[in-house]
Amino acid sequence: MSVIDQMKGLTFLDRPNSYIGRSVPRPNAKRLVQGRGTYVDDLRMPRLAHVAFLRSPYAHARIRGLATSAAKAAPGVIMVATGADIAKVCTPWVGVLTHFKGLKSAPQYAVAIERACWAGEAICAVVANSRAEAEDAIALIEADLEPLPVTVDMETALDPGTPIIHAELGDNLAFERTLDVGDVDGAFRDAAAVVENTFSVGRHTGVTLEPRSIIADWNEGEEKLTVYHSFQAPHMMQDIVCKHLGLPEASVRVVCKDVGGSFGIKVHIYPDEMATVALAKILKRPVKFIADRLESFVSDIHARDHRVKAKMAVSAEGEILAIEMDDLTGIGPYSVYPRTSAVEANQVVNLTGGPYKHQNYRARARVVFQNKVPMCQYRAVGHPIAVMVTEGLVDQAAAAIGMDPAEIRRRNVIRDDAHPSIAASGIKFEKLSHQQSLEKLLTMMDYDGLRKEQAELRAKGIYRGIGLAAFIEITNPSAAFYGVGGARISAQDGCTLRLNPQGGVIAAIGVTEQGQGTESVIAQVVATAVGVPMSDVRVVTGDTDATPYGGGTWACRAAGIGGEAAWQSGKALRANILEVAAVILQSTPDALDVREGKIVDKATGVERMTLAELGRVAYFRPDTLPADLKPEFVVTRHYVPKDYPFAFTNGMQASYLEVDTDTGFVKLLKHWCVEDCGTVLNPQLVDEQIRGGIVQGIGAALFEHCRYDSQGQMLNGSMADYLVPMSSEMPDMEVGHVVTPTASSELGAKGAGEAGTAGAPAAVINAINDALRPFNAHVSVQPARPEEILRALGKV
Amino acid sequence: MKAPVFAYAKPASLAEVFDCLDGGEGVRLLAGGQSLIPSLNMRLSAPTVLVDINHVSALRGISEAGGVVRIGAMTRHHELATSALIASLLPLIAKAVPHIAHQAIRNRGTIGGSLALADPSTELPACCLALDATIIAANRKGERRIAARDFFLGIYETALAPDDILIAVEFPLPGEDAICGFDELARRHGDYAIVGLAAQGVRKGQTWSSLKLTFFGAGDRPLLAEAAAQAVVFGKGIGAAQAALEDALSPSDDGECSAKTKMHLARVLLGRVVETMESGT
Ligand SMILES: Cc1cc2nc3c(=O)[nH]c(=O)nc-3n(C[C@H](O)[C@H](O)[C@H](O)COP(=O)(O)OP(=O)(O)OC[C@H]3O[C@@H](n4cnc5c(N)ncnc54)[C@H](O)[C@@H]3O)c2cc1C
Repeated sequence: MSVIDQMKGLTFLDRPNSYIGRSVPRPNAKRLVQGRGTYVDDLRMPRLAHVAFLRSPYAHARIRGLATSAAKAAPGVIMVATGADIAKVCTPWVGVLTHFKGLKSAPQYAVAIERACWAGEAICAVVANSRAEAEDAIALIEADLEPLPVTVDMETALDPGTPIIHAELGDNLAFERTLDVGDVDGAFRDAAAVVENTFSVGRHTGVTLEPRSIIADWNEGEEKLTVYHSFQAPHMMQDIVCKHLGLPEASVRVVCKDVGGSFGIKVHIYPDEMATVALAKILKRPVKFIADRLESFVSDIHARDHRVKAKMAVSAEGEILAIEMDDLTGIGPYSVYPRTSAVEANQVVNLTGGPYKHQNYRARARVVFQNKVPMCQYRAVGHPIAVMVTEGLVDQAAAAIGMDPAEIRRRNVIRDDAHPSIAASGIKFEKLSHQQSLEKLLTMMDYDGLRKEQAELRAKGIYRGIGLAAFIEITNPSAAFYGVGGARISAQDGCTLRLNPQGGVIAAIGVTEQGQGTESVIAQVVATAVGVPMSDVRVVTGDTDATPYGGGTWACRAAGIGGEAAWQSGKALRANILEVAAVILQSTPDALDVREGKIVDKATGVERMTLAELGRVAYFRPDTLPADLKPEFVVTRHYVPKDYPFAFTNGMQASYLEVDTDTGFVKLLKHWCVEDCGTVLNPQLVDEQIRGGIVQGIGAALFEHCRYDSQGQMLNGSMADYLVPMSSEMPDMEVGHVVTPTASSELGAKGAGEAGTAGAPAAVINAINDALRPFNAHVSVQPARPEEILRALGKV
Repeated sequence: MKAPVFAYAKPASLAEVFDCLDGGEGVRLLAGGQSLIPSLNMRLSAPTVLVDINHVSALRGISEAGGVVRIGAMTRHHELATSALIASLLPLIAKAVPHIAHQAIRNRGTIGGSLALADPSTELPACCLALDATIIAANRKGERRIAARDFFLGIYETALAPDDILIAVEFPLPGEDAICGFDELARRHGDYAIVGLAAQGVRKGQTWSSLKLTFFGAGDRPLLAEAAAQAVVFGKGIGAAQAALEDALSPSDDGECSAKTKMHLARVLLGRVVETMESGT
């Protein structure tokens, strides 16, 4: 942006060929719907071997022996590898970070050696010419397993007498955090009303359409390992493979082509994937592992599993005076590497009460080990728990003092003009828009009209409920998230642009695409910044050899961080283009602009020359240019947010639903979300993110649950028994925006991928409780199955 | 997961099917494959030979003759859903079929497969009971006719012998003043029901003359609630009918729903289905 433009009040949105803020089609959509995507399982390569794993049937067992001779002799078998075999080339890891004080975990091996610590942990690997042959051979392994006592229930995990999973750690407590701010006891003492509740949020998991998939290929001649991976963070994977296989960086390339959904599932280090990499190294050939659906349920990370006891103090005027909460969460037998399994509980502490002004807050979070599938970060880490606790209590408080749920929120949200501000938990807000969001939401949903309808229908025996939920969301993380704790996960991202002779632009970028539309957003930003049609921009992502070093896509960073890197890079390339063009056209860079792939006279828009002509001269006839003019048509810029640890976003959601009080069934009628992710780069993509996120939130609220028995066996690990939310049950969703750009970047974009998931469960559960209010019934368990609702109603 | 190795046969006639069935223990018929193929892929079953009966034309078709509707075993759920004959003569089946799974599964799944599988929480076995159907099985020695009430013996258990093939189902026409009702409760559309009810009766004006209530998902097979039906027919009130379910049904606990709740839901369904039938809507 030139100084003159800024004086005129123009922004990048006013650039003549701006794609920013427009719902342009995704460049990759056509390819994907034509079935021309390249997922890991689509790759064909010579001498490809397939690995399958024998998984522990017990939640906790000593591996006394593995008789593998029959398996080794089975048709097509290339290798049978035990944990000890794999450990010779791949060292174990421990999922801790230094900024989580006291966090502890035990060494975890790619394939278990002495003990299996959850039902589903890999205890032996078989490599064969086909997956079917590998599975046939697995059936021939005789595993001598001695079942050990299990620790399953997180409520008793810390009790004396409960078996300690890793004796060397001393107890089952992985991590504990406490916080005590202000005068909590005083606030509770002086309150007009105190409400309390115990919230439980069940375990669920990500269920990506494309399961976890990896092909690793060790080329002995080149001494190079190439890993094709369905993953969110290629550079992180590269670094970790180097570390645990003892390879230099130059020897490892990670390629993430198309990725069929991730939701945070594909950002962790999985033992079976590391084992696949190790096997490729041992066998000097490509080895493929595709998690099948059944093993996905017991080996993909699970999420949530929290029990929170909480209370809130309010004044007679509805002012929230204090919140106190105690979170307990079970993470399975290991803290997951390298991001750790302490992040979620930590975020619950940080985020609870976050939208509100109160300054008295006491919190404790305890993270315990148990013999279940490992738990780690999944879309909206910690948010839905914090929002449920807060918003559930806010509704209870409103009821206790006889105030409308919208009004109590109106009185308590941090005012839009009070920023920058700091929440009771210490998190910093640059600028939020709770007040605008609330009012916009209430208008969009016709809150008063709905309340009237609800009252009329109640008189006819139809029980509908309205649930509101305010939320904040962590986006655009700086190094504060992982880097400061010692995790080698890039907080910065870079974008390299190259102008080609015909005027096309190649954009190589560190953030990745897993279906969200990252490529679209980057292409939009680059096209706008450089001044070319979007169709002339090709985006390259997901290749550690080909893109600038970067963090990948997670925690809502692709648009906010990758987008800004692309913007800065695009501006730099345009400046370089104009410098050369000015010489050729005997003008000055300031008098020219690049629009729609042409150099134009800035003032009149009259075309002076095409980029193709510029490219022709610069690349093929540099002899015609002055000797001292050196066209630089490749540029790279990097970006990392520095002024705030995170760019918080905010919003409000509402659910309208009907409870069948005879069956306990819930019919979702409508869902609204108003959110503020700053500059909206592509409205359609943002709305899709919000809607998809809401669906996953509804899944958690009503359907999805990893059920376990007392022996640590997951009971419903199949698509028939694990209820993912499906379209027939989903309500219409209306999405609205308030736009408060972050000043940390020029684009001003924050993240939007997790907002839906953060707020939807609380909105739905609050709506159920609103519907049940005439019966004095209340549910606070997720998923709120019909049976829970019938129980609350005293009918069963 | 991948299915274990098996041999595959594609007979074109019943005679060829019988030849295949002589193969003994490990022989399994493959109809729509919507239940069998998943169980193979999960390695829950490992037949040695799959006998694909999709090309045996004698197993197809829906016809009416002599007061009986005959449905061939290989009739797809989708064909039931779109058949004008079924809609007019056996509306109970027309009401039930949309509740079976999803369109893609209905395109392949067959009535023969459903009945032979005998999953206690499914719609068609219950409809057969409510409609007094007769199941026709055949083997090399000839045909057998088995009344629906004698056919379903337990979870995935039927009166079929290992060398039998189910070839068709026959339904007597429900006759004058027949009415039917159907409802089920499933968490998501297309899921197997938590509990469901298929009801077929005769009612003239305000008077019932007969009623069959078949619950599914409420025991190890579809269950006729006879005392409850009698209570409705003799006008003892819905409360009495609901109370009579206690002895008729024996649902079991599963992780999503307890037996107690299923009993409650069965009572609710009974009230709703009977009310709908009586109000003629
Ligand atoms: C996701 C999903 C949801 C489903 N939901 C429902 C539902 O809500 N309600 C419902 O009713 N069903 C449901 N089904 C099952 C579906 O309707 C199946 O198609 C049906 O149960 C079996 O029919 P099939 O033709 O596919 O049989 P197959 O899978 O081919 O065979 C099933 C069994 O029957 C045997 N068999 C098949 N035909 C014959 C025959 N003629 N004689 C003797 N034995 C035979 C086979 O050997 C096998 O043992 C669902 C399936 C899926 C995958």
